[in-house]
Amino acid sequence: MVAAHHRKWIGDRMTQTTTDQADQRIAKMTDKPPFWRDVRKLSWGFQIAVLSIVLFVLYILYNNVRVNSQNLGIPINFDFLGQPSGFTIPANPLRETQAVKHAFVQGYLNTLRVAVVGLLLSTILGIAVGIGRLSGNWLIRNLTRIYVEIIRNIPLLGIVMFSYLALVLSVLPKTEDSWSLGALFLGNNRGMTVPWITGSMPLFLGLVLVAGIIAWAVRTWRQKTSERTGEPGREMLWSVPIFLLIVFWGAVILGNGLTTPSLEGRKVEGGMTMQPEYFALLVALVLYTASHIGEIVRGSIQAVPKGQNEAASALALSSWQRMRHIVLPQALRVAVPSLGNQYLNLVKNSSLGFVISYFELVKVTSTTIGNRSPAVPAYMLMMCLYLATSLVVSALVNYANRRMQVAS
Amino acid sequence: MISAWLKKNLFRSTGDSILTVVAGGLLGYAAFRMLRFVFVTGRWTVIKVNLNLLITGAWPQEELWRLTTVILALAAMAGLFMGLAAKQTALEAADDDDVEPMTAGERARSLVGRLWPAAGTVLLLLLLTETAGPWLLVAGVIVVSAVGWFVGKQLPLKAKGALTGGGVVLFAVLIWFLTLGVSWNSWGGMVLNLFLAAISIVLCFPFGVVLALGRRSEYPIVRGICTAYVELFRGVPLLGLLLMANVALGFFIPRGLVPGNVVKAIVVFTLFSAAYVAEIVRGGLQSVPRGQLEAGRAMGMSPITVTRKIILPQALRNVIPSLVGQFISLFKDTTLAGAALGMTDLLTGGQVLTAQKEFRGQGLIAETLIFVLLLFWAGSFTMSQESQRLESRLGIGER
Repeated sequence: MVAAHHRKWIGDRMTQTTTDQADQRIAKMTDKPPFWRDVRKLSWGFQIAVLSIVLFVLYILYNNVRVNSQNLGIPINFDFLGQPSGFTIPANPLRETQAVKHAFVQGYLNTLRVAVVGLLLSTILGIAVGIGRLSGNWLIRNLTRIYVEIIRNIPLLGIVMFSYLALVLSVLPKTEDSWSLGALFLGNNRGMTVPWITGSMPLFLGLVLVAGIIAWAVRTWRQKTSERTGEPGREMLWSVPIFLLIVFWGAVILGNGLTTPSLEGRKVEGGMTMQPEYFALLVALVLYTASHIGEIVRGSIQAVPKGQNEAASALALSSWQRMRHIVLPQALRVAVPSLGNQYLNLVKNSSLGFVISYFELVKVTSTTIGNRSPAVPAYMLMMCLYLATSLVVSALVNYANRRMQVAS
Repeated sequence: MISAWLKKNLFRSTGDSILTVVAGGLLGYAAFRMLRFVFVTGRWTVIKVNLNLLITGAWPQEELWRLTTVILALAAMAGLFMGLAAKQTALEAADDDDVEPMTAGERARSLVGRLWPAAGTVLLLLLLTETAGPWLLVAGVIVVSAVGWFVGKQLPLKAKGALTGGGVVLFAVLIWFLTLGVSWNSWGGMVLNLFLAAISIVLCFPFGVVLALGRRSEYPIVRGICTAYVELFRGVPLLGLLLMANVALGFFIPRGLVPGNVVKAIVVFTLFSAAYVAEIVRGGLQSVPRGQLEAGRAMGMSPITVTRKIILPQALRNVIPSLVGQFISLFKDTTLAGAALGMTDLLTGGQVLTAQKEFRGQGLIAETLIFVLLLFWAGSFTMSQESQRLESRLGIGER
C-alpha cells in the first residue's frame, strides 16, 4: 500500500525514470540499509576503532618501556620496594637500611601532614578573607582585596621559594636568639617549636573524638530543650566546658602530658618542632589556597539572596549572628564543590615541597630513583598514590555536597 | 563630609574601630618596611646588571634582532585583532540604543585603569636599562600596534576567521624564525615562560575541546576514554608529571627520539592543561539548552554542523573567563618547568643570579624574587582584569 503510493509519487515526480527504476529505489528504501549506512553499526564501528587506536598507543608505550628497560638492564617490576632505601629524611625515624616502601609511606605521610593542616588553616583564613572582602569597613575590604589580587596572580612556586629562601632562611634568627612567645612558641631558622602532647598519640586522638561526640550530643540536647521550652539553650556554655573537662581528665588518666618548648643554650628542648621546610611550605600553601578560597566564599556569600540578610536584620540579629546562622550556612552550601576543587589542588600543590627539599611524596620518589630504583615503576606508584588520594578527597566532597543540599 | 565618610566606612561601631586601628597599624608597619626595603635597604644592582639575563636568558647579542622582529610582528597582529574587535563593538553599540558610546576622556581613564600594572612594569624595566634599544622597541611596539589597529578597523568583520588562522600560522613561522637564531633548548628568562605558555595554550585548547565533546558524546566507549583521560590528568600534580617527563619519558619512546627539554615541557603542559580546559568547556556545553541542539537537528543540520555552528560558539562564549583563568595559571605554572627540567626560566634564573661570583653570599634572594614575582604579577593581573572586563561586557551571568 505504502510502496504503491511511493511508486506513484516518485513516478509522477521523475518523468524520465521508468517504473522499474522506481521499484528498485523503493526496494532500497524499505530494505535494511547496508552496514556503512546503518547508524548503530557505524557507531559501534567508530567506537571500536577509537578503542583500538587507544589500546594500540598504550601497547606501543608499554612495549617501548619493556624494550628500553631490557636494553638498559633495568627491571620493570616492584621488587625495588623491598630493597634498602639508602637515604634518611630529616627529623624522621626512617633509617637507611629500611626498605624503599617505608620511605614511600613516610613521604606519603609527610604529604598528608602538610595537606591536612594546610586544609584546615586555609579554610579558616579563606573564610575570614571572603567575609573581609565584603566588609563594611573600607580598610578591611581593601586590605583583603590587595592580598587576594597579589597572591592569586603570582606563581605558587615563587611563593614557596620566597617563604623558604627569603623568609624562613633569611629573616628568622639563629637558635640562640630564637623568637619566643613564652612557653607557647619558639621560632628560629632550624624550625618552629610549639607545645605538644606527650604519650600515646592514637589514644589521645581517640579521646578527643569521644569527647567531641559527647559534647555534640549535649549540644543537640540543649538545642532540642530550647526549642521545646523556649528557654535560651546556651549550647556553647554547656558543650565547650564538657569537652574540655573530658579531654583534660581523660588525658590525665591515659597518661598524656604536655611538653612546652624552652631554650637550653643553643638547643630547643621539648615541644614539637616543625622543620623549616615544612613550615615554609605550609605558609606558602595556606596563603595561596586561602586567597582562592576567599574568592569562592565571597562569591557564595553574594549568591545568598539579599532578603535573607535583611530579614535577619529585621529580626534584630547582630551582624555576627546574621553571618553565623543565616548567611554562611547557605553560602557554604553553594561553595562546597569549588572548595573541594581547592582541597584537591592543595594536595597536589604540596608536591612543590620537592623544590625546597621537603620530603613529601614527589621528593621521596625522585630520591629513591636517584638511589637506583627504576624510574617508570616508581613514578607509576607515585601517580597512583596521588590519584587514589584525589579520588578519596573528591568522594568525600561529593558526599558532603549531597548531605548539604536542600532536599528538593 | 570627611568625618561622615570616616564614620560610615571605618568607625561604625566599637568593634569596627578596633579592627580599623589594628589593621591600620599593621598596614602602616608593613608599608613602612616595604618602602624602606624598596628605596633604602634593598640592593637592586643585581637586577640592573642582570636585566638581559632575566628577560631574554642567554640570548646572544647578535641575534637580538630576531626577537625584536618577532615582538613587532606580534604587536602588529594584536593591533589588527583589537582594531577589528573595536569595530565590532562599535557596530553592536550602534544597534543597541542603551549603550552610550564612550567619550575620549572616559576611554583614556579606562585604559589607564586597566593597564597601569603592565604599563608601570614596562616603565620600570625601561628605567632599569642603560641603552636606548628597549626604549626604541617599546616606541616601535606602540607605533606598529597603532597602525595595526587602524588597519584592523578598516577590515570587514568577516576577516576575523582568516585573521585567526593567519595569526596561528604566523605564530608558528615566527617561532621557526627564532629557532634559526637560537635553538630553543637554550632559551631562557621571561621569553621562555611566555613562549612555553603561548605555545601550550595554542595546543591545549583544541585538544581540550575535543576531550570535552568526547566526554559528552553518546558513544559510551569514547565517553569512557575521555573521562578516564581527564580524571587521570586532573588527579596528579603537574610537577610530578614534569619530573616524570624528565627522567622516565625516555623509556616510553624509542631510543634516539627523546626530545629536548622544551618539547618535553610543552608536551606535559599541553596534556595537563587539556584536561582542565576540557572540564571548563564541558561546563560550557552543559550550559547550552538542549533545545538548541534539537532545533538545529530539526533544521536538517548534521550533528557535526550543529556542534560547530550552534553549540560550541555559545558554550565557549559562556566560559571565556574560566578559560582565561586557566591560561593564566598555565602561564604561572611554566615556572615549574624551571624547577623540574632545570631550565633557566624567569624564576629559576632569578634564583641562580644570587649565586653569581660578585653577588654570592650577600642574601640577595629577597630582591631578585620580589622583582621576578612583580613581572609575573603584572602579566597575570592584567590578563585577569581584562577577562573580568570581557565578562561584564559579554553580560555573562546577567541574563
